[in-house]
Amino acid sequence: MGILVDRHTRVITQGMGKAGLFHSQQCRDYGTQLVGGVTPGKGGTMKDGFPIFHTVHEAVRKTGADASMVFVPPAAAADAILEAADAGIRLIVAITEGIPVLDMVRVVEHLRQRPEVRLVGPNCPGVITPGECKIGIMPGYIHRPGNVGIVSRSGTLTYEAVWQLTQLGLGQSTCVGLGGDPVNGTSFIDVLRMFQNDPQTEAIVLIGEIGGSQEEEAAAFIREYVTKPVVAFIAGRTAPPGKRMGHAGAIISGGTGTAASKIASLQAAGVVIAESPADIGKTVQRVLQERR
Amino acid sequence: MKIHEYQAKELLAQAGAPVVPGIVASNVEEAVSAFDRLGGHRAVLKAQIHAGGRGKGRFAGSDRPYGGVQLVQSREECRDVAATMFRYPLVTRQTGPAGQPVRKVLVQEAVDIAREVYLGAVVDRGRGCPVLMACAEGGVEIEEVAARSPESILRVPFWPDQGLPLFQARRLAFELGFLGEQVSQAEQLIRALARLFIEKDCSLAEINPVVVTTDGRVLALDAKVNFDDNALFRHPEIEALRDVGEEDPREWRAKQAGLSYVSMTGNIGCLVNGAGLAMATMDIIKLHGGEPANFLDVGGGASQEQVTEGFRILLSDPNVRAVLVNIFGGIMKCDVIAAAIIAAAKEVGFRVPLVVRLEGTNVELGRKLLAESGLNIIPATDLADAARKAVAAANATHSERAELIVGQRS
Repeated sequence: MGILVDRHTRVITQGMGKAGLFHSQQCRDYGTQLVGGVTPGKGGTMKDGFPIFHTVHEAVRKTGADASMVFVPPAAAADAILEAADAGIRLIVAITEGIPVLDMVRVVEHLRQRPEVRLVGPNCPGVITPGECKIGIMPGYIHRPGNVGIVSRSGTLTYEAVWQLTQLGLGQSTCVGLGGDPVNGTSFIDVLRMFQNDPQTEAIVLIGEIGGSQEEEAAAFIREYVTKPVVAFIAGRTAPPGKRMGHAGAIISGGTGTAASKIASLQAAGVVIAESPADIGKTVQRVLQERR
Repeated sequence: MKIHEYQAKELLAQAGAPVVPGIVASNVEEAVSAFDRLGGHRAVLKAQIHAGGRGKGRFAGSDRPYGGVQLVQSREECRDVAATMFRYPLVTRQTGPAGQPVRKVLVQEAVDIAREVYLGAVVDRGRGCPVLMACAEGGVEIEEVAARSPESILRVPFWPDQGLPLFQARRLAFELGFLGEQVSQAEQLIRALARLFIEKDCSLAEINPVVVTTDGRVLALDAKVNFDDNALFRHPEIEALRDVGEEDPREWRAKQAGLSYVSMTGNIGCLVNGAGLAMATMDIIKLHGGEPANFLDVGGGASQEQVTEGFRILLSDPNVRAVLVNIFGGIMKCDVIAAAIIAAAKEVGFRVPLVVRLEGTNVELGRKLLAESGLNIIPATDLADAARKAVAAANATHSERAELIVGQRS
């Protein structure tokens, strides 16, 4: 079980450049059914055993892929996401960092008409259901199959949390990196809902950071709908007040955005806060023991 | 990316917004000549720096009581104010105590103000689209108004492909209390702001205040425009507006190397991959009683040369007494980091102890490279161990530190 991906997921890579190829190999080595790549102009060739196609439509037709991992450079990445959606891909994991915000506004607006398509990212590490399927750039060996669901806005900080859990013998159901961009495809709430409904997931780790109001919104959702225990860490408690984005930035976020505000909202929703980033694993262990 | 007020107003005017007439000057003579061209009776001189709070700012070292925004009523006064602005750095609540040198002064028509209104555009993360915000009470106290009565801020979402429809601009104009001929002028201003925001990929576009003059004109009196750095590749005309003199030298150097660096005041230099882990590393240093000297995120795809440049930048900070490298490799490979550490040790030389924590992609290869380098590196097994060792190294006495410093192992 787990969410979003499992052993039956068939994945193609959009953008088989150096990074795309390296991580496609890593995903295949992990056991992911990585069935091909798309690089316009290179269709019909093979790259280290991966068949390459000109278009996503052709790749879907010939491989039966239902998920895609996007490594296309920033200027063309939004178009690549739209192409995947149009070709019938149901899960699009966008790794690309540096996509213009207004391009993502257009993509997200378009995907609102296509509720069957789920975009994760961009600027994210990807999605992994340990032992079954890895789509993304996270190192596979740090994970182990289990019952803790992880959702995070950060990439490498997620690896940190996963590694702590694995070393304590606590495996993961699925780990989802949402990405750090202001406008993206999947929110904390989307993933919390999936974890709540997933029978394999027994506890949830939420990793947030300062800025925006996603964590506050997640807290409101948890209070209302989530019955499984949730542990959270918020990065940036000690960050100096950021370089301000003029008045408009302060106005749009109201009182939200600081670590203190996020932690207070999460605690009010019954979430257990890990005080140190080194204590995320131990906190989950304690919460699970208390519950049993 | 940020630009100056006079540049923001030029962009607004190009987008069709009525702005208060003004002329930008690069020296005192140009300022006086601009004063003459604006009628020779009255003008407002506005020092052009990126930091806010200019009106209440003061010129460090000057004996004149001038602020960064100053009304002048004669040619002599204009000359004296301009001379002060070009000579002394302007200190505001946002510049730090040293202040910021002024290289351009905007000489602007002095208008008689009947009322002030706020207009701003920003991307609303929650809705996933840009939103135009407006408030009938504009001016410097806008944030207090927003905190006290958030309902007084009108918000209208708009989309890149449609822009802001005319009816929305009209609705805002009426709700902001514009009357008669002012309505169409306000509509023009509102639509120009939305157009600029979309066409130039802004992250913030703000007119605070929009003024209604006593003779009935609706004009942008001040403007602030920031851009999405990720979209600059398609706007070379915007990149050309960058004033490098406004950037923090280390932050600018890092930006050119594709790294994200923020200066801080502590003594532990940090080099981390990923913004979240970098912030968490700073958090844990503080939890262990230390103070980070910087935030440095080398990102995912950095090359060995980029990482080496990262070391050069953080070692150029004289406050740094220890360096903590915390890498959890994903897209970044640990062997690349190890090679960069070795290159930096050879080329720059570490004058301080170096604590290294490596985990993730190619970790074995990375550890092997470091072990075989003969460098005296303090290895850390996990995040807490790394923080503890870095804090201890930074607080160690002079002779203790000598033992810890990276060099060839004795």
